[in-house]
Amino acid sequence: MADGFAPKPTPETAPFWAAAKENRLLIQRCRSCARYYFYPRPWCPHCFSEDVEWHQVSGRGRLASYIINYRPLPPADHTGPQIIALVELDEGVRLLTNIIDADPAPDSLRLDAPVSVAFHPRGDFKLPVFRLAHAQ
Amino acid sequence: MHNGNIAVVGAAETTDLGVLPGVSMIQLHAEAARNALADAGLSPADIDGVATAGPLPMEISHYLGITPRWMDGTMVGGCSFMLHVRHAAAAIAAGAATTVLITHGESGRSRIGMSRYEALAPDTASGQFEVPYGALAPYSNFTVPALRFLHDRGMTRTDLGEVVVAQREWAMQNPRAFRRKPITVDEVLHSSPPVAYPFTRDMCCVVTDGGAALILTSADRSADLPVADRAVFLLGSGEATGSPIMSQMEDLGSFGAFRQASTEAFATAGIARDEVDHLMCYDAFAHLPLYMLEDLGFVGHGESGAFIASGATRPGGTLPMNTNGGGLSYTHTGMYGMFAIQEAIRQLRGEAAAQLPAARVSFVQGVGLYFGAAGSLVFSNVKP
Repeated sequence: MADGFAPKPTPETAPFWAAAKENRLLIQRCRSCARYYFYPRPWCPHCFSEDVEWHQVSGRGRLASYIINYRPLPPADHTGPQIIALVELDEGVRLLTNIIDADPAPDSLRLDAPVSVAFHPRGDFKLPVFRLAHAQ
Repeated sequence: MHNGNIAVVGAAETTDLGVLPGVSMIQLHAEAARNALADAGLSPADIDGVATAGPLPMEISHYLGITPRWMDGTMVGGCSFMLHVRHAAAAIAAGAATTVLITHGESGRSRIGMSRYEALAPDTASGQFEVPYGALAPYSNFTVPALRFLHDRGMTRTDLGEVVVAQREWAMQNPRAFRRKPITVDEVLHSSPPVAYPFTRDMCCVVTDGGAALILTSADRSADLPVADRAVFLLGSGEATGSPIMSQMEDLGSFGAFRQASTEAFATAGIARDEVDHLMCYDAFAHLPLYMLEDLGFVGHGESGAFIASGATRPGGTLPMNTNGGGLSYTHTGMYGMFAIQEAIRQLRGEAAAQLPAARVSFVQGVGLYFGAAGSLVFSNVKP
């Protein structure tokens, strides 16, 4: 999955992408209502508090849903299928991502399987992606 | 809310649908508008409101030589036209417009005059958190929650296959449908090429060029028009927002915007589920009618697959659904919602290719920008 589009950070997402470059997954948490939220915003979408912080999360979660995409579009590598997944972090936040280093077959991709984060270079950035936890 | 006080007096699609490399996107809008005006027996001078999605309302009105006093460019993807109907009804009721033209045209297959829509902006939420992962085509994004829906209900890919087969039975009766060959569930699962597991090609909508348009006015005014005996009345409507990126869908197995918009549409129409004779469920992919049947309350949690497999939505069934063949078999230019509305109007006028014997109330459910937005409409050929 080396090829593909790169993100272009905006002021409110820049800390997320800067941390990812250092192999750290940062998610925002509201100090006022103690909830995590994603995507990055300067106020808490649950309680509208400005008292929010970036928190380095565990990077552990579970496979909530996925597709095995047999038709990746350029500039992505289209020599093989691509696993596009929704991962729910232990902290309760859901991300869309890729599952890497896994057999792209339904039998290998059980829903609710534990996963953990990895970081994959993409242009000037690194993308948070996930591996099945037993593959570590 | 609408009480049947607003009427659809013009409804038409472009003369051809399908593969139209000689026609630009905006031409498709204009041709659809021309056909709808002819259908209504009106001229451009009668139109004082214009709504559209994609191009801006002034691009359409200027192209047609119309100078409206009201316009709506609401763009929430494929269900934009459901919202335009709802907004036009409010504008007509408020006196802000008398006769509103709503247009759709899209060169979804041939991509003629569509360059504005080709760019993927890398600094949007989707550009940062979806596109880099390959979730940039409808089939690689809108489809991702489906396995969760099926898994949590003990349902399987067979349930997706049943949706395709049920709708193909309608399309087989429709000479304008893009896919008309008979198909079995086994063929949908095993012979149709894989696109994005669990989806095969036949579980994904067709990709076509085409357009369609609607003309709305007050029910009072419709009574004086040549189309008075073909007028279709708006009973209720609803609209709701979802999330701009798939990861933020609150519940992967149920779409809150379907529940919210349809609840408001039923409430404003003052009708119950069992008063619906005909249902249109926007089906860009085969999982959507399953979500909609449950979220709209036509069946209980986990019952959608068995309901479709029972034949309830097929010809002769108790709840005929997607009777043009749907996005899966009829046509899908990119923003299919307008075509779902057109089929509801045809059924209520008695002009459909696969005409139901006695449809009085039609419910139309739209979805837009994946699970981004929803719009619901309730129509009847009887003014309450």
